[in-house]
Amino acid sequence: MQSLGVEVLFKGKNFARLMGGMWTALKISLVSIAISMVLGLLLGMLVSRKNRVLRGVMRCYLEFIHIMPQMVLLFLVFFGTSKAFGWNLSGELSSVIVFSLWGTAEMSDLVRGAVTSVPKIQYESAMALGMTPAQVNRYVILPQAVRRLIPQSINLITRMIKTTSLVLMVGVVEILKVAQQIIEANRKASPNAAFGVYLTVFLLYFLLCWPVSLLAKHLEKRWG
Amino acid sequence: MKKATIKVTAILVLLVLALASLASAGAEGGKVYRTLDEIKESGKINIGVFSDKNPFGYVDENGEYQGYDVYFARRIGKDLGVEVNFVSTEAANRVEYLETGKVDIILANFTVTAERAEKVDFALPYMNVALGVVSPKSRVIRDLSEIGAEDQVIVISGTTAEDYLIKNNPEIQLQKYDTYANAKTALENGSAVAWANDNTEVIAFALENEGYEVGIPSLGSQDTIAPAVSKGNETLLAWINEEIIALAEEKFFHADYEATLVDTYGLDYEESLVLEGGGQAK
Repeated sequence: MQSLGVEVLFKGKNFARLMGGMWTALKISLVSIAISMVLGLLLGMLVSRKNRVLRGVMRCYLEFIHIMPQMVLLFLVFFGTSKAFGWNLSGELSSVIVFSLWGTAEMSDLVRGAVTSVPKIQYESAMALGMTPAQVNRYVILPQAVRRLIPQSINLITRMIKTTSLVLMVGVVEILKVAQQIIEANRKASPNAAFGVYLTVFLLYFLLCWPVSLLAKHLEKRWG
Repeated sequence: MKKATIKVTAILVLLVLALASLASAGAEGGKVYRTLDEIKESGKINIGVFSDKNPFGYVDENGEYQGYDVYFARRIGKDLGVEVNFVSTEAANRVEYLETGKVDIILANFTVTAERAEKVDFALPYMNVALGVVSPKSRVIRDLSEIGAEDQVIVISGTTAEDYLIKNNPEIQLQKYDTYANAKTALENGSAVAWANDNTEVIAFALENEGYEVGIPSLGSQDTIAPAVSKGNETLLAWINEEIIALAEEKFFHADYEATLVDTYGLDYEESLVLEGGGQAK
């Protein structure tokens, strides 16, 4: 049997480097996810009000993020801002900015969908009980909306984690780049390393995303 | 199309245009690069190298950058008296890194071309290169005409091989990859009939991997590899040129070859690949 090439991972500091790359990817996604969830929730609530100007602006923002591939956004923020304004953003910071912009846009759209899907009678009943609009949101609408949000926002979170594989294009050495470096440095000694190393990367991504899916299932059961 | 959608699209187009004009206005004023003095003062030089292109620029198992370009980069840092900060670049974003001043020098197997010279400033060359095509021994491609209409050829985005084939052989179908690692893996998986790249790269690949042969060792014109700096960074450019000429005294690039490339190419290619003093001191 041919070797799978996993042995290159145990040479020198290779395994620690791969874990370091995973931590970099995780850090970028965790920070961006936290920002996206908070901002997305706020913006989503705002948009579900019937303010036409606000809706128009948000619509533009959303469409812009939707039609732009994440790679283009990364280049725009990393290289574009230093060309246009002379800002020297690091690769990590650019990635967090792009992922937060993207996550916030999608999250606010999900929140808007969830909030508007709460039947109108819920608002009317709550108002009839003498609640203020803030109380209606806090105690009646949000708890119902959040429940509807879980499946799609979990989907968004796992997509954000997986898309961090693009940030190698702005010089961030994350898990996939470390994997490519290891394969390349050992191509002569272990020509099969590509299989073993990519298999390991697959398992690591799985380990990152699987707990998120489990949490989602758990929450859906508890709140469902 | 709904009216609202048309409106939104129109606003978006305007927004992008506004951003673009802003960007071009910003680029004209102010320099993006750091001068020689500014680099010395900061105590650190940013050098863009490949991190997955063995043996020119790669990372070893201890996480240290190694290779022919890296060996030279370390010497630059030592002679300037500054620390070297290696930045991992890809073939497709080398020009952007210099245009935005995100690195001070690119030492990433950067082939000198007229097109690139409009956007960056090349210093004296330190290596010779031509294009080459490698293919499996089961079907060696010895001439581009052997590539059929159904066949695909692997290239890496942003390389001279890609430019050459698009310009001179537009009939050939290209399969493009962003990273060296993925291009090589694709060739091994048989997803294309051949891989076109710098001949140094494809010779190394054929020597390292059983069952591959460089059917076309030299395609197009002889080119050179040189360090590049941001357009207009004259102080740094002049310093690098002096350095390269001074290093010819001690046959620095021969030593570099023997330290980094000899395992891959053997001694046979040393004289044809290495350039000392920019090729002027011969």
